[in-house]
Amino acid sequence: MSDFAVLLIKIVGGLVWLLTLSLYLTWLERKESAVIQDRIGANRASVFGLRWLGLFQPWADAIKMIFKEDFVPAFSRKFLHTLAPFLSFFFVAVTVAAVPFGDTLRVGGRVVRLQILDLNVGLLFILAMLSLGLYGILISGWASNNRFALLGGMRGAAQLISYEVALGLSLVGLIMVYPSLRLSTIVEYQGSLLFGFLPRWGIFLQPLGFVVFFLAALAETKRVPFDLPEGESEIIGFFAEYGGLKWGLFMMTDFMEVIIVSCLLTTLFFGGWQVPWLQSQGFVFPWGGRWMMPHGLVIALQVLAFNLKVIFGCWLQILIRWTYPRMRFDQLMDMGWKLLLPLSLLNIAATALVMSL
Amino acid sequence: MIKALQAAWEIIRGSLITARHFGVNMWRHTLRLFGRKTGRPGAVTIQYPEQRKPLPPRHRCTHRLLAREDGQPRCVACMLCQTVCPAECITVEAAEDADPEVQKVPARFVIDLNRCCFCGFCVEACPVDAIRMDTGCIEIAELDRADLLYDLAKLRS
Repeated sequence: MSDFAVLLIKIVGGLVWLLTLSLYLTWLERKESAVIQDRIGANRASVFGLRWLGLFQPWADAIKMIFKEDFVPAFSRKFLHTLAPFLSFFFVAVTVAAVPFGDTLRVGGRVVRLQILDLNVGLLFILAMLSLGLYGILISGWASNNRFALLGGMRGAAQLISYEVALGLSLVGLIMVYPSLRLSTIVEYQGSLLFGFLPRWGIFLQPLGFVVFFLAALAETKRVPFDLPEGESEIIGFFAEYGGLKWGLFMMTDFMEVIIVSCLLTTLFFGGWQVPWLQSQGFVFPWGGRWMMPHGLVIALQVLAFNLKVIFGCWLQILIRWTYPRMRFDQLMDMGWKLLLPLSLLNIAATALVMSL
Repeated sequence: MIKALQAAWEIIRGSLITARHFGVNMWRHTLRLFGRKTGRPGAVTIQYPEQRKPLPPRHRCTHRLLAREDGQPRCVACMLCQTVCPAECITVEAAEDADPEVQKVPARFVIDLNRCCFCGFCVEACPVDAIRMDTGCIEIAELDRADLLYDLAKLRS
């Protein structure tokens, strides 16, 4: 099997992972919100009478969305109107390329890195692609030729650009601590121990950076406490003129952003695929115990740990989405420029001070 | 500063409340899945078509016409229900009865459930207790509007 085939398999696997997870994130969102509010949630979709806790609901939703009329308003700019959701979708979907799912897998004399593309600017690549997703919002607002959609798009642009600043600056402290921007190196670095027992995870090194990054990333996903670009019920958002599958693409983009943000949180702050005290041969406990494991099991544990951490991150974001009401726009701007930006600058100064000691 | 920290703590407390709801309800759901009894169910949902809440005794649903001992409708076609009905959904046409004690019986008695607002005024107004709204039938949807015109035969059954 050539390297090309391996790469192809990795690309398809990564995309399938992302799309399946985002599909089932709709299920998680429904069920989690239901459990939070003492309800049960969607459980009626069935295949041959099997309900299975509504696990078929995402497929029913997808089928409904595909068979809806693909309506384009007569007054819209047709080409841009069609292009915008695909732009949004593409720029989020492409970020999965830089996400490290696990360590290098040795199988049949071949070394396979469980990451599609090990870029040496992986972190910057993900941030850049997430920012480019802004064009989908702006173009959809503009091409709809609807003043409310345009206002929604402008709000989205203002919000995303404002929080881009805090998002980038909150990571500067992290970049000062870590030896590289290469995500696989960052994860490997977090495998060593702090004070001999604590895993050297980003959250222990940069607690303030974590808080600022988390809040800014929540704003980047455009979900409920920060959903001013969308605001479908009252302040009409940028996809007011979309329906059917194109609207579904915007929806999927949102969920994929949640996953990518969760991946970033995991990779940068929660040790990526690292399991505490798990080395490449097996567990090495700080109190002296050792527990050897075969190579395949270690890799499987790492991938499982990565997935669990990502799902925990998604769970946390959905919890926040179902707890807080939407912010007002001036509050949003205040939080971005007057709270998160100074905090991230403080974080950089504090990190520099500690490192120079 | 202290005020801001207090506000931040309140914000975090909010998500702790939702997280507690999630944890407690999830725990109850899991226990019930494995057949253990919990004090309260994990959700307050009633799974409607399979699970039904008993209707309260004074619940007002579709109408019925009561019968005398000889099987004829009790209604004396006094038109009080038709007069009091705020939705104007009741139509009564009177006919003469052979029995001089009764004098009048309804020839037609139609309730248009398309218009009925289930206020129960007709039950209140009836001097001979001929009409009641205690059938317990709450699933009255039809595919055709004409099927919602309940006539004498349907009201007596």
